[in-house]
Amino acid sequence: MDGNKTSNWWTFWGVLILAWAAFPLLWMFSLAFKSPDTFREGTPSFFPKEWTWSNFSSVFSDELFTSALRNSFGIAVLATLLSVIVAMFAAYAIARLDFRGKKLLLSMALAIGMFPQAALVGPLFNMWRGLGIYDTWIGLIIPYLTFALPLSIWTMSAFFRQIPWEMEQAAQVDGATPWQAFRKVIVPLAAPGVFTTAILTFFFCWNEFLLATSLTSTDRARTVPAALSFFTGSSQFQSPVTAIMAASVVVTIPVVILVLLFQRRIVAGLTSGAVKG
Amino acid sequence: MTVIDTPPTTPTPAPEPRPAKVSDRLSSERRLGLRLTAPAFIVMILVTAYPLVYAVVLSFYRYRLTDPDGREFVGLQNYITVLTDPVWWSAVVTTMIITVASVAIELVLGFGFAWVMYRIIRGRSFVRTAILVPYGIITVVSAFVWRYAFQLDSGFINQWFGLGEFNWFGGRWSSLFVITLSEIWKTTPFISLLLLAGLVQVPEELQEAAKVDGASPWQRLWKVVLPNMKAAIMVAVLFRTLDAWRIFDNPFVMTNGANDTETLSFLAYRQNVTLVNLGAGSAISVLLFFTVVVIAFVFIKGFKTDLSQVRGDS
Repeated sequence: MDGNKTSNWWTFWGVLILAWAAFPLLWMFSLAFKSPDTFREGTPSFFPKEWTWSNFSSVFSDELFTSALRNSFGIAVLATLLSVIVAMFAAYAIARLDFRGKKLLLSMALAIGMFPQAALVGPLFNMWRGLGIYDTWIGLIIPYLTFALPLSIWTMSAFFRQIPWEMEQAAQVDGATPWQAFRKVIVPLAAPGVFTTAILTFFFCWNEFLLATSLTSTDRARTVPAALSFFTGSSQFQSPVTAIMAASVVVTIPVVILVLLFQRRIVAGLTSGAVKG
Repeated sequence: MTVIDTPPTTPTPAPEPRPAKVSDRLSSERRLGLRLTAPAFIVMILVTAYPLVYAVVLSFYRYRLTDPDGREFVGLQNYITVLTDPVWWSAVVTTMIITVASVAIELVLGFGFAWVMYRIIRGRSFVRTAILVPYGIITVVSAFVWRYAFQLDSGFINQWFGLGEFNWFGGRWSSLFVITLSEIWKTTPFISLLLLAGLVQVPEELQEAAKVDGASPWQRLWKVVLPNMKAAIMVAVLFRTLDAWRIFDNPFVMTNGANDTETLSFLAYRQNVTLVNLGAGSAISVLLFFTVVVIAFVFIKGFKTDLSQVRGDS
């Protein structure tokens, strides 16, 4: 059958995309299980000759990595939370209210979304030292929250625009109190948009590297991407290659879990915020 | 995705005799709007606009953190120094090469991906899930993974392709190749999702009609599909261009700027943070900002990229 044939053909291309996305992950995985002493012996093969967990135990016993993991989680979660709250107010106003400054806010968010953060590392570095927040959590949370705001505001206002707000009044007409109408009608309608925005914002903070290297200097606030780039291995005689890959596997797991659980929402969020579809 | 275009929720004017109340209500709505958006405004101004102005001021001074007392007003001297330094121009060229190559390849590849995601029936959600992994992965991790794949002691690439002892990170062009490859792997999903959103908006009937009229698949693509998703393509290209222009993580991890692979963001970082040369560093920051403004201007005015779609203020 002709239709079946074309369908198979598309599935074939789909499998290729799958391989394209998964192949580097497979390589990361295999390198993480190679022995740190012998991974380069002879001609390096793709898969380990013998599998070992030693890289994982070595990164988890390394204070540099465990503190970075703590910092990354703490900073990303707090910055996401704050950014989503600030953006939620703004997005509600954009979607529902008529006021001067709406266009300005949207244009400003757009401009900051395109802003080269590297242009700010010098002044921020200097200001943060003056304020005493260089190399602290708050010193990273503030810029993360700011640079995540555009994404949060666009995504959430796009979601909020689709909410049938009249239902709130309808519920009140049917005898619900304003609070009940808000909690039982509006919150369930708005929650998916807020949640999706939070995931995208978390990805942004989890991934950020430039500010993390510029505004931190010790394991007090250094996040995983920054720590990885400074990681030299447990001893100077051992190559850090396999340990870095083990650490990479660990920090990729949350991403994979979020993607697997919320694939549909992430796609909707990425596309609705950028281009109305 | 369907968008239900909710009518503007401006309160309908109350009955005639009470005009004072109407303006009351409007002005209270305005006040509420400003109050709700104030935190966002304040944060964005404090963390971006203020430091940017500060950078402009600093760029007129000779100022190193290692020598704070030597701070001195030098006018445009820093700009002259930067613009006559081959290091700046090398960074401009490097950034341009990476940006043009990655955006061009990603556009074609991303369109292919979008097309497959649009047409595929079996395994659709698998493909969409898989494509999100590179999007979500930490850029530094992607940079390490690709670096180790090409690196002499750990990599498999040379062995697979029979390249012997070829050192990918020994020269400018081979280094840029690997940097661009990692960039493409990581960001094609984003562009392909933007293109998919544009693709689903092209009315299926148009394609059917063209098919009935005997247009070849190639003609349908160029004459029907692409013109109808021009807005989405332009927005995707603008976003990715400005994003690629800021590239920092990949060259940092892969080459640390060796062999003329330093990008503009990297140069700004090195001058400001590593060398704490805040005067010249700020001049670089301001120039970098200026290049971004120029690119955005060219896209918006030159190519008439319609940003109202992005901004959402239809």
